[in-house]
Formats: sequence, structure tokens, C-alpha cells
Amino acid sequence: MSALTPLVVLLPLLGAAAALTQARHPRIQMLIAVSVLSTVLVLGIVLLVAVDANGAIAIELGGWDAPFGIVLVVDRLAALLLVVSAAVLLAVLVFSVGQGLADGDRETPVSIYYPTYLILAAGVFNAFVAGDLFNLYVSFEILLVASFVLITVGGTELRIRAGTVYIVVSVVSSVIFLAAIGLIYGATGTVNIAQLSVRLADLPPDIQLILHVMLLVAFGIKAAVFPLSFWLPDSYPTAPAPVTAVFAGLLTKVGVYSTMRTEMIIFPGDELYTAILIVAALTMIVGILGAVAQSDIKRLLSFTLVSHIGYMLFGIGLGTAAGLSATTYYIVHHITVQTTLFLATGLVERQGGTTGINRLGGMLKSSPVIGVLFFIPMLSLGGIPPFSGFLGKLALFEAGAQDGSVLSWILIGSGAIVSLLTLYALARAWSMTFWRHADEVAGYENPLPTHAPMGVATEVQTARSTPRIMVASTAAMVALSVALTVFAAPLFDLSARAGQNIDGPGYYITTVFSGAPQ
Amino acid sequence: MSASLALIAIMAVLFAVGVYLLLERSMTRVLLGFLLVGNATNLLILIASGPAGAAPFFGAEGTMADPLPQAFVLTSIVITFGISAFLMALIYRSWRLANADVVPDDTEDLAIGRRTASVAAEREVAGDDTEFGTRAAAAVSTAVDLDELERLQDQESITEQLKLQKLMDEAEDGS
Repeated sequence: MSALTPLVVLLPLLGAAAALTQARHPRIQMLIAVSVLSTVLVLGIVLLVAVDANGAIAIELGGWDAPFGIVLVVDRLAALLLVVSAAVLLAVLVFSVGQGLADGDRETPVSIYYPTYLILAAGVFNAFVAGDLFNLYVSFEILLVASFVLITVGGTELRIRAGTVYIVVSVVSSVIFLAAIGLIYGATGTVNIAQLSVRLADLPPDIQLILHVMLLVAFGIKAAVFPLSFWLPDSYPTAPAPVTAVFAGLLTKVGVYSTMRTEMIIFPGDELYTAILIVAALTMIVGILGAVAQSDIKRLLSFTLVSHIGYMLFGIGLGTAAGLSATTYYIVHHITVQTTLFLATGLVERQGGTTGINRLGGMLKSSPVIGVLFFIPMLSLGGIPPFSGFLGKLALFEAGAQDGSVLSWILIGSGAIVSLLTLYALARAWSMTFWRHADEVAGYENPLPTHAPMGVATEVQTARSTPRIMVASTAAMVALSVALTVFAAPLFDLSARAGQNIDGPGYYITTVFSGAPQ
Repeated sequence: MSASLALIAIMAVLFAVGVYLLLERSMTRVLLGFLLVGNATNLLILIASGPAGAAPFFGAEGTMADPLPQAFVLTSIVITFGISAFLMALIYRSWRLANADVVPDDTEDLAIGRRTASVAAEREVAGDDTEFGTRAAAAVSTAVDLDELERLQDQESITEQLKLQKLMDEAEDGS
């Protein structure tokens, strides 16, 4: 069973290489990409079942023993995220295939699109299973470089301009992360996460604090945590719809996942919990206030993305098993729902020719299916029962109420308000886009300024036909998000077990150092 | 553990110069800053890895240096190399498209700045003796680079909006 673990990283990398050799045959590339990601999805499910039944897997690569060689660790949290991210990557890939087929690949130079996409997938999967800090750094670099290519794909002026900000910010966060690794290695002589959690505890508290904060800043930039979130709403909306969808779903969550590992395993103490809770509240509130002021759906969604990172930090900042399991469920929910919303926005953009809500209207009549596909994830993100967003928030609030401190009650309050504001911002976008009559659009004066300056989809393109395959993959994602509600009970049990595993470093350390991988 | 003071001094200088360049507007300087900061980080790992002088080969004669940091540095050199190649391509592309390699003003900021500027200008016309007087208008107007604005695709729509807003404000003032 453990021999399967490296395959989740190796297969996408080999698939990318194979796809590059077929640069002149986009159909073969597409087949390679789809089959690789489907295989990884199956592998992920197998790993999840195995890990849930027999306990976490640690595998030492190259035959070097645990503290010296590279260790890959799959516990319940990692396996769960592997499955969800593989499913999301596959659905978005199918969506982009549909878009590419319909457009005759005029917009995206397809010879590099599929290989880069697979490399991005490899980076994401590697980040989830990395058992040492340097491997985590390398996987960040893999996914970042792939994302640099994807965000500037086509090389238009707008994308170059947005990409510049994204690239420079990401590069700075990588340098901070690498410097932190250098300092940690200098202080402890290891980068193995399990060994670090033992050795770092012996360092003087102030040095621990410096290392801790450096790691959190590096991951905070990646996770778009306020005040390090300024880059996200400017850079994400300019990329092609499928790219934005996959970035929004996965890349920030990799940062959140690393923050979870840092807080629970590398530095299991509670020195920074208060700071994290405060930052979580600010991220929620500032993010959603940004979203309320937007008139472009893509920018609006980017701001809600920032805002909802705050909920995940809330669970981490509580530092209890309940908080962690709630965060685990919330991450799964948010990956699915946020990606679905961006895909649905991609459909709106195709059908309506723009994503500016001031210029859209009457789409419920012209394309009712898209209206439904946008409506369901919207309710879910806004926290309407019985959808997964409500369940995730309920679990977080319960964990907060168990904690019972003043700060966690403040967070519960702001979480409730932010969820209402999310619903407000999204519902306004939905009703203007779908519900109002098409003849009301001309001459309508909205207090919100049209987002001319940033140029995000300003010119109304001619509406193009929407291929069934794009609608089908979006519908599949909506079905997945509904499944998170239908199968909430087993998923919650699984998240609870995953949360208990990472509440404190004990389980992780015994997994890595138990010798025989099983 | 003893570390060479010269290396530490070089690292500090590289970090300082690199961070300074990273904060520049020209993308070429940002690239140079990234290279310097990357090398400073490599030096940091090297310094943290212990004294120099031994070979990092397992089973070699004599003392053995720690091979792990050297592997880290090699990896990060390769990554820095790749990213700087990509950045250079990006700068070249930006030069071809916009004939400039500077990071442009944030247009949202510009729009907000203009809104503030128009309000301030009106105050001046109305002869309001505000606390800042002409200074507020001057500070904002330097922030708006008209050359930059010309390049905005939807400049007309902004000005139109501003005109509209101004008209509305004037109408309000009149009533």
C-alpha cells in the first residue's frame, strides 16, 4: 500500500513530460492529462481508505532512514485533501478541455497548457504528502512556477501586469520560507517535520518565536491572510476562467494546510493562537468588505476567497481537536464550492460576454441551467442550511463555543456577520445577472462603479456558444458540493478523526519513526 | 558552532541591497534584487551548515562536511535560475507590449485618487478654508501620473463618470 504514495506525485510529473513530447497533438495531451488525474484520484481514494483503516503511512524515499532521507507522510488529513484536490483538478481540466475544444484553442497556447497543469497538480499533491520542510519548499516552488506560467498564459498586457504582482509577491514569500528553513536547520540540524517538533522545543523561546513567525509569514502570503492578502484580488481575476478556478480552490488551501502543520506539529505550543484568532477575524471582515464593493463577479469572488480563509484560521487558532476537524471539513467544503463558483462565473462570462454585473441581465431566461449552477454553490458559500457551508460554519462555531473565551465569541459573531455579507454580495450579483430583465440593463445606474480601471473583462465580448462539456463539468462540481451535504455524517467523522490525529505532534512522530511503513 | 564573519557581512550586505532593489519600480531592478536576495539566502544556509573545509562525501578520508545544506543550496540555485529566466521573459514581454518595464500604478488607487482630487479641487473653487487648503490637492495630483492614465484603456469611462459625478455634485450644491 505504501508503495502507492510516491505515485501521486510521480504520475503527474511523468504525465507532464509525456505531454510535452506530444506538443503537436493536443488530443493526446488531453488524454494523458485526464487519465493521469483520474488515476491519481483513484490512488487518493485507495490511500484514504487504507489510511483510515490502518493508520497513517510514512515512506522513506531512496532507502535513507527517517531523519536523513526524504519522508512522505500520508495521514487522514493529507489523504482527504489529496482526494478532494484530485477531484477538483480533474473537473476543472474537463471544463478547460471543453472551452479549448469550443474555441479551437485560439486563446490558450495548448502545447504548454496541459503539461503545466499537470506540474501544478504534482506540486499541490507533493505539498500535501511532504514530510520534511525542504520538500515542502520544493513543492511550493513546483506549484508556484507552474502557476506563474498559467496566470500569464497568452501573454496579454493585462495578464502580464497582473502576473507581475503575483510573481514578485510569491517569490518574496519563497525567499522568506527558504531563509526560515536555513535558520531552522542551523538551529536544529534537521528539516524532518517529525524530528523538528521534538528538537525545536529545546530552543530558547525567543528563537522559537522568530522561526515560528517567519514560517507563518511565508505561509500567510500563500494563503492570502490579511494583511498579506493584497495581491490576490488583483491577480486572480485576469487569468482564464479554469485557471482562476483551480488557483482559488487549491493554492491558498496549500498555504492553510501548511499553517495547520506548522501550528500543530512543528510548533505545538499555544504562543501565537491569540494572534492567529485576531488575524482570522480581520481576514474575514476586511475580505468581505472588499467583496461588497465589487461589481465584477470574478473580483467579488476573489474577495470572498480571502474572507473565507479567515474561517479556516479560526479553527486553527482554537487549537483544539474540535477546531481542527471543523477546519478540515471547511477546507474540503471551500475547495469544492469556491472552485464551482468560479467555474459557473466562467459560464456566465461565455454566455453573457462579461462578468461585470452592471452589464449583465436576464440570464435566467436565456440560460436557466447556469443560473441554478451558480445559485446552489452561492447558497452553500453564504452558509444557508442544509448546504455544506452551513455545516462547516456550524462546526466551527461549536468548536469556538466549546473554547468559550471572549475572543472566540467575537470570532463567532464576526463569522456570522461575514457569512450574511457573503450571501448579500453574492445574492446581489446573482439577482442582477439572472433575475432582472434584460431590458433593464441599458441606462441602469448602479452606485457601484463599473470596474473599468483594472480592465477585468470590461469590453463585452460577443457571447459564444457554451459547450455541453463545460456545463457538465460544472454540474459535476455542484453535485460534489451537494454530496458534501448528503454524506456529511461520514465526512464529519472522518474530519474528526483527522483532527484528532493532528492535535499535537505525537501521532505524526510515531508514524514517521515507527520504522516499518504501514 | 563558529561562522565566518566575512560571510555574514557579505550576506547582510546582499540582503540589504537586494531588499532595496526589490522595492524599486523597474522590473529589471526587481529581478536584480531577487537574484541578490536569493544568493544571500543561499549564503545563509551555507553559514548555518557549519565550518568549511571538509568534503561532503560519505566514506571519504578524514572529517566529513554536512552534505544536506549543500544539497539545499544546489536546489535553490536551480530554482532561482529558473525563476529569473521566467522573470526575464516576462520583462521582455512587458517591454514589447507596453514599452516599459516599470510596475504600473494601481488603477483602482488612481481612480480613488482622482475622486479625492476632484472633491478637493471643488473645495478649492468653493473657497473652503479646509485644514489642508491647497496642500491636499497638490499631494494627490502628484500621485496621478497623466502619462500613465493615457495608457488606460477605459480612460473615457472614468472621465465620463467623473464629469457626471461633478455635474451631480454641482447640482446638489446649487440646490
